[in-house]
Amino acid sequence: MSIDLKTIKHISKLSRISVDEKKAEKLAGDLNSIFDFIEKLNELKTDNVEPLTSVAETTLKLRSDEVKSKNLRDQVIKNSPKENEDYFVVPKVIE
Amino acid sequence: MSDITKQSLSELVENIKSKKLSSSEVTKAFVERSEKSKELNAYITEDYANAFNKAKKFDEKPNLDLKLPGIPMAVKDLFCTKDLRTTAGSKILNNFVPTYESTVTQNIWNEGAILMGKLNCDEFAMGSSNETSFFGNVQNPVDKNLVPGGSSGGSSSAVAAQLTPITIGTDTGGSIRQPASFTGTVGLKPTYGSCSRYGIVAFASSLDQAGPMAQNVKDCALLQEVMSTYDEKDSTSIDFKRNNYSKELTKDIKGKKIGIPKEYRVDGMPKEIEDLWKKGIEYAKDCGAEIIDISLPHTNYALPTYYIVAPAEASSNLARYDGVKYGFRAEGENLIDMYEKTRSEGFGAEVQRRIMIGTYVLSSGYYDAYYLKAQKVRKLIKNDFDDAYEKVDAILTPSTPSSAFKIGEKTNDPVSMYLNDIFTVPVNLAGLPGISIPAGHDAKGYPLGLQIIGKAFDEQNILNIAHAMEEKINFKNNITDWWIK
Repeated sequence: MSIDLKTIKHISKLSRISVDEKKAEKLAGDLNSIFDFIEKLNELKTDNVEPLTSVAETTLKLRSDEVKSKNLRDQVIKNSPKENEDYFVVPKVIE
Repeated sequence: MSDITKQSLSELVENIKSKKLSSSEVTKAFVERSEKSKELNAYITEDYANAFNKAKKFDEKPNLDLKLPGIPMAVKDLFCTKDLRTTAGSKILNNFVPTYESTVTQNIWNEGAILMGKLNCDEFAMGSSNETSFFGNVQNPVDKNLVPGGSSGGSSSAVAAQLTPITIGTDTGGSIRQPASFTGTVGLKPTYGSCSRYGIVAFASSLDQAGPMAQNVKDCALLQEVMSTYDEKDSTSIDFKRNNYSKELTKDIKGKKIGIPKEYRVDGMPKEIEDLWKKGIEYAKDCGAEIIDISLPHTNYALPTYYIVAPAEASSNLARYDGVKYGFRAEGENLIDMYEKTRSEGFGAEVQRRIMIGTYVLSSGYYDAYYLKAQKVRKLIKNDFDDAYEKVDAILTPSTPSSAFKIGEKTNDPVSMYLNDIFTVPVNLAGLPGISIPAGHDAKGYPLGLQIIGKAFDEQNILNIAHAMEEKINFKNNITDWWIK
């Protein structure tokens, strides 16, 4: 299998990571060598194997529906790179 | 007492309890040694002034019933610490100051320990050499320009160099055990669900576990006992009966059945690793254990499985870093441009690489071929262990396929870097506990470790085996303090 530059551009868009030509070429090389290594899994027949989604063989515990933490507004906003009063500020979205 | 930093955790606890030492004296000794050891670059953030204040407060009204009374310690910078910067080794969290505390660190402070600072690690715990950290390489105290392993490289370096009596790390594919092996220290990865993940910067949520790192098995057992609690704030935390690991620790392992998996004899494994393993088998026999050959047939598929599952989960977990809610932001022409620039400038190369792999294997048209396939193989790997544990109580393997390597030696070849974790990754995929103990040196004098893998929730058993073998091995770390002028 070979991951071409077009695929790299597509993944970079999905990942929301900007990639220039030089970086795309480096990434294509790296990802191809990693996927060559991953292809080994195709040696195995797994048609009748159940996928393992969690190693913790427990069912989720139920708890009563109570609010345990409140008035966290200041804490939530504290680390934001840009805020205006109680809001996160982002570049203009609607023209 | 001049050699405070040379004392084990157990000795320090005893000396504080018997009032031979105060918390302030102990804290001062470790801070002074840390100050003299800046060349190791083990710390990202120091918090010495607060540590002195807390030690003073402790000494004014000492509670000597606690398990870690007035003991100073530094922790991996992946644990959120309230009001103290937590970076995960990344530029994108360079200015992040948590408003809450991780459960594991809270458990430790509740038992009287005192935070000295935050230790360096690979960016978002993605790495095996600490070279992906935004805050620079960490030196292995064993030798100059040698990597300390990773991702808990600052932690392993700090424990080996005695900058902190004990520490905690996190282990997603080997990030506690491999650095412990590279620095001649002890590191335990507990069963998945044993230590709460609440407040730990997430990498791959189905694999991440926090665990103790120490100079010896007894200290490791005591710290695990403090760290491990059921926590309703982590939905994968498991409510099982936890032992008093240090109190119940015994060297009596007579009749324990220890499995030797033939598949761990990998191609190209250096002879010294093979020899170490053989020596380990002899030590285990000397302790009265019974050795049984076993097979874990899907071992060779563990790393390829891991390099689908871990990046897939990482790409999802790291989607939160968007420059809006916290952390670094790069300005952009519009919202999308801001996202893309923030993530491109804020994440390092290895993290970007893994996000891209994860995004690809989860993307439309590839999900079944990669992610679902990997989950199925993960099941086969877990079945291997389940079958083996029908016959044995624990499994003995080398911790790593080589000793520590030089800084820069493997940075250009991601796959050769990933091979470091060949013996540790299967344990995470199966959610089992594993411990690495120092067991010898290679020809260069660098430490080598052995790994003992247990059944789920059977930490006590592997701690006991490690404790018994540790006495026979009688390992001495050759650390010369070369970095202290």
